[in-house]
Amino acid sequence: MPIDNTIKKIDARQRIDKNEALELFRHTDLLTLGTMANQHRFQHHAEKTVTYVKDRNINYTNVCVSGCRFCAFFAKPGDQNAYILTKDELGDKIRETIELGGTQILLQGGMHPDLAIDFYVDMLRFIKANYDIHIHGFSPPEIHFIAEKSNRSIQETIAVLKEAGLSSIPGGGAEILCDDIRHQASPQKCNTETWLDVMRQAHLQGMRSSATMMFGHLEQDVHIVEHMARIRELQDETGGFTAFIPWTFQPGNTKISVRKKTSAEYLKVLALSRVFLDNIDNIQASWVTQGDKIAQVALFFGANDMGSTMIEENVVASAGVDFMMTEKELRRLIDTAGFAPRQRDCYYTLI
Amino acid sequence: MDFPFMDERLLQIDAKVRQGSRLSKEDGICIYTTQDLMGLGRIADYARQARHGKKAYYVYNQHLNYTNICKNKCKFCAYAKDDGDTGAYAWSMEEIEKRLTDRIDEPVSELHIVGGLNENLDFDYFIDLLKTVKRVRPSAAVKAFTCVEIDYLSTLSGLSLEETVARLKEAGLDMMPGGGAEVLNARIHDALFPKKIGHDRWLKIVKTVHNAGIKTNATLLYGHIETIEERVDHLISLREIQDETRGFSAFIPLAFHSQNTELDDLPPTTAADDLKNVAAARLMLDNFDHIKAYWVMIGESLAQVALNFGADDLDGTIIEERITHTAGARSAKGLTREEMENMIRSAGFEPVQRDSFYNPVTGHDCRE
Repeated sequence: MPIDNTIKKIDARQRIDKNEALELFRHTDLLTLGTMANQHRFQHHAEKTVTYVKDRNINYTNVCVSGCRFCAFFAKPGDQNAYILTKDELGDKIRETIELGGTQILLQGGMHPDLAIDFYVDMLRFIKANYDIHIHGFSPPEIHFIAEKSNRSIQETIAVLKEAGLSSIPGGGAEILCDDIRHQASPQKCNTETWLDVMRQAHLQGMRSSATMMFGHLEQDVHIVEHMARIRELQDETGGFTAFIPWTFQPGNTKISVRKKTSAEYLKVLALSRVFLDNIDNIQASWVTQGDKIAQVALFFGANDMGSTMIEENVVASAGVDFMMTEKELRRLIDTAGFAPRQRDCYYTLI
Repeated sequence: MDFPFMDERLLQIDAKVRQGSRLSKEDGICIYTTQDLMGLGRIADYARQARHGKKAYYVYNQHLNYTNICKNKCKFCAYAKDDGDTGAYAWSMEEIEKRLTDRIDEPVSELHIVGGLNENLDFDYFIDLLKTVKRVRPSAAVKAFTCVEIDYLSTLSGLSLEETVARLKEAGLDMMPGGGAEVLNARIHDALFPKKIGHDRWLKIVKTVHNAGIKTNATLLYGHIETIEERVDHLISLREIQDETRGFSAFIPLAFHSQNTELDDLPPTTAADDLKNVAAARLMLDNFDHIKAYWVMIGESLAQVALNFGADDLDGTIIEERITHTAGARSAKGLTREEMENMIRSAGFEPVQRDSFYNPVTGHDCRE
């Protein structure tokens, strides 16, 4: 049986290829895949520790010309609810984050047609001048958009943002790294090559980033595997990814009408990512999309990180999902699953 | 291929399960204390698949909670009211009939009927209730009254326990749910539900009912003040009754919800504990056919995962669940058949719509 050979390969810690991954995904039951992922998790992290970060999502604007069909958060320019955070508002949010023990902010926003690189540089400098906090900000589609608006290369744009105070890049906007799917789901967003190139350039300039995958919309399993393969390939090249974070599309209030992926489907993809992405240390569970119970179960299906306490989260909440989590509750979930909860920074260093 | 266990204590349990030997109390404690959740899941899944293969059952049912007025006032209950309280109710036969006819076009094959111990109702009310349900929905099975209600009904009827059960059966009682046992333990009984019947009386009633040819389910309410040892003792008590009567149909671990109860400082149960309870039931209760993952209490998402940890039944589509939702459950109040079947299929199992006695319902239509 070819599947048995694949399972033996994984057990021997050998790399599997895309076809083997697809066969595994299609023909292995949840517990078997989960067991393999759990073994790999302990090979990467022998300690029974699960990490989390204390941060706040700050969405500096909701104005976006991307018009992604899966998004329930964006406003069009001129819409009544359109906003750009003022420096006062931004400052208040950061001060609050620091007071609550937060160590970083996740700074992301829409593709606002009236903002060029000066706005972003100014925002970063303002934060750095006033607050001691790590800025994890601007996903590749934003960086690509800023570069285009400002007639600069990606490389140059990253260098300017880095100089102004940007420390690391979130892996958002990857959705599914297959242009067939991107053209249908998010036609205005940067393509696969550009997304990867932003990450490559950032890594080459010494910045780390995470990688994400949003699945459960228009893709098929073959695209999920392709996505993971592209991430693994770039990681071989740069080693710059800190973590991989798969989550499921939330169809509420969006223009894509599909049945929401179930928890078993989520756990299977999560487990596959752990066994396939042999060169990425950290796999993150998504309590925001899965809820506390499945996030805890995810710790046995390959995940070693619970993500963020998320002092504020707006985007997934717009799609009608509003799981809440305090640090105390997050720690309890980790603890009662038999792991030691440990706060970390953006580089997965324990605090 | 066989995967190693991270907790070596599971090796012995795995060996016993594969040989078909009965697990001991110590094994039960090991099941609850192991941190090798995946290893435990694989053993429970082996036992589950040995009995049911990839089949996963559900029933198209409707809940009727005929009254929330209850004199027992258990500390873990958010549903009970006193007569005269705002929101206190007892449904008349007309109201019961309306609830049934409102859904008469749906293929409901089971009616789950439980309520409080309401001193305003007499024994005839219950006979009428059963007859009304049977008249309006003759093809549906009536699964009604916990042992606690049966005890109370026997005082209302002034008849012996045996005679009370016989009258109810004659009026239409087909089977009984498992609630009301909570934890079969005197310490917990005295602390949380002192007015409710105790261990011995519960055993006497359940055996009487089984001997009358009525099947019941069994439950364990976990996640409050009970210890692991008390959970295991409870399972062993049920296993002993089952050896004697063979009257239990399914076992359902019930996750405690504390909101709006006197125990609201207790945190909710965790997924790891919920899954261990399912696995423990599957492995300890070797003489029970069916283990349910009750999605109302543990959530739809985790109930789906529980199919891989020993559960073979997702209970019902359930229309209008009230009791657990009063205690803060965030699950849906009902699931459609399509949602139920999608949950089962996408977890890798084959959905079987069943009746109350686990016969497959074919044609997806059991309308009158």
